Amino acid sequence: MNVLYFAWVRQRIGRGEERLDLPAGVATVRALAEFLERRGGGYADAFADLKRLRAAVNQEHVAFDAPVAHDDEVAFFPPVTGG
Amino acid sequence: MIRVGPDDFDVAAELAALHARAAGAGAVATFTGHVRGEDGLAALILEHYPAMTEREIARHTAEAGRRWPLLGVTVIHRVGRLVPGARIVFVAVAAHHRHAAFEACEFLMDYLKVHAPFWKQEERVGGTSWVEAKTSDDAAIKRWT
Repeated sequence: MNVLYFAWVRQRIGRGEERLDLPAGVATVRALAEFLERRGGGYADAFADLKRLRAAVNQEHVAFDAPVAHDDEVAFFPPVTGG
Repeated sequence: MIRVGPDDFDVAAELAALHARAAGAGAVATFTGHVRGEDGLAALILEHYPAMTEREIARHTAEAGRRWPLLGVTVIHRVGRLVPGARIVFVAVAAHHRHAAFEACEFLMDYLKVHAPFWKQEERVGGTSWVEAKTSDDAAIKRWT
């Protein structure tokens, strides 16, 4: 899968994009976020409070209980501030 | 017409192009957003999620077209570093009558604020900081549901 990070999530993690094999036991966006948080360092910092984050799967906004599959593009970012 | 990119735009030219596409339109409502001239603000730096942005805006222009009888819509959103006074966003809606044009224009801005994947950083003398999303923006879209 492709995982993308934007705004301060990208800054804390130190990269905007990475390829990842779907980790065993990860079936939802929330489980993926928790998996990434366990990597520690900037990931732990970025994913410390999921209430501050939003997610998209395949370029559509989703809730954290949405399913993820191995060929999905998943993005994590703060609430948007355009306009 | 949806366009996202670093380039500035010419409001008069965009209005003329919209009106040419929207044959018979009796009303065109527009909104132009600029970088506010706040104390100490050197610039806003906007980033976005390119693969998602135009899709997300298109979803909302399609929804506006289902709610109101529209003849044409233009949405332009800039990204990159924008100094105070610079244009950031432009929404123009053409319709037969003014109520549809006014309402759809406001609907599109309200949805864009809450759903279009853009993020702003403020650049000041002391450094840069991310703009926090406003709960008032979330409240603004409730009236359309």
